[in-house]
Amino acid sequence: MLIESDRQPEQASSRTIVAAGDYYLGSVQSGQTLRILDIEGNQAADTLFYSAQDPAERYSVTDTIREQGNVYLTTGSVLRSLRNTPMLEIVADTCGRHDTLGGACASESNTVRYDLEKRCMHSCRDSWMLAITEHPEYGIGKRDIGHNINFFMNVPVTEAGGLTFEDGISAPGKYVELTALMDVFVLVSNCPQLNNPCNGFNPTPIEVLVWDN
Amino acid sequence: MKPFEYSTEIAPGGHWSVRLRKGTRMQITDTAGNANLGMLFYNPENLLERYNAPDTLKCQHTFKLTRGHCLYSDMGRIFASIVEDSLGWHETVCGNLRAQQTAERYGVRNYQHDRNDWHQNGHDAFLVELAKYGLGEADMAANINWFSRVATNEAGKLLLVDGHSTPGSQVTLRFEMDTLVLLHACPHPLSEAALYPRKPVHISLGVSPPVADDDACLNHCEENRRGFRNTMLYHLGR
Repeated sequence: MLIESDRQPEQASSRTIVAAGDYYLGSVQSGQTLRILDIEGNQAADTLFYSAQDPAERYSVTDTIREQGNVYLTTGSVLRSLRNTPMLEIVADTCGRHDTLGGACASESNTVRYDLEKRCMHSCRDSWMLAITEHPEYGIGKRDIGHNINFFMNVPVTEAGGLTFEDGISAPGKYVELTALMDVFVLVSNCPQLNNPCNGFNPTPIEVLVWDN
Repeated sequence: MKPFEYSTEIAPGGHWSVRLRKGTRMQITDTAGNANLGMLFYNPENLLERYNAPDTLKCQHTFKLTRGHCLYSDMGRIFASIVEDSLGWHETVCGNLRAQQTAERYGVRNYQHDRNDWHQNGHDAFLVELAKYGLGEADMAANINWFSRVATNEAGKLLLVDGHSTPGSQVTLRFEMDTLVLLHACPHPLSEAALYPRKPVHISLGVSPPVADDDACLNHCEENRRGFRNTMLYHLGR
């Protein structure tokens, strides 16, 4: 559902531009609101959430889509943990639909999807691996890398049981906003994928904004 | 084809784990109809490598699982291939029923009263099996629910198709790597059955014929040919 936000960027407590192929790792406290902004359009933001109290508790796609009875995420979607606990709620969305079935690109899955010789191309999972290696203080390890959300990505499921990666339905300035229902860590890979239309074959920057309650 | 060498029945609400070698096959049969068999895979040599539903679905451009599909790890390798399927649709995105939901729908899990007919749930069943290998909830992943068909409409709404699996429905997996298999026969989380569904699953295990050049899974798509190459590389020199 398309819902605009009245939060003003100049009142945000933090604003971070994340270049394509980089990661964002930060905290969002319960009650704070996180916005991910698709600055130039058609970008994919591969996102994971963790409980700040215990990072073993992370975002769970199965619990989230089962409890809401729908495979797509938009305004009103409550993101649940693998303990089935509400972590964040999407409170504004100017894009309309976000994917959480397609997972992230990885060096290894790129070899399967595109070409064995594309293993050295940069990928979302490599960004996450770099993030957790550079920031051991978050207590996130490889086993904690679960199935993610692809904000702004369009992965329609057909009634016949097909699944395709389509051109993004995002556009310059589209955003999604989430209010945290518990203290969370957010780990975003701004997707570097050059082999499919998830980011229009042209990865571009995103902005991550956080507002206090 | 060599006959099966071992068979067993997973009781309703039961769970099990078994390490299977590369080149073996597992046939699962829904003997009573409307069964659900939750399943997860891990690499016993590196337990951090596990079944990855998103990678499995996207590289084969599918939301459902059936014959011809391969079941991928997060490392771009194939744990198992679906070499036979009488049903045509199995789902891998809805996860498991949990203790609280089980209690609300069917009554609390109570071994003292119900003995082994207790209301076990799929989530806890997996946690019990995971713990046997030093694994825990952080090692969970989106599992397969064999025999359960979950369709979506244009708006993305999820719907479990009642009566999908008829008695005798059968799937055969061929293992392409040594694989630690975790499984449970607990109810599907979207089941609307009024009473706790008690559905056993029969399992037969044996040696599989080798992968032929015209194999349906290998040749299902270019992606699977590359997945088999990755898996071959893992076994190079063995």
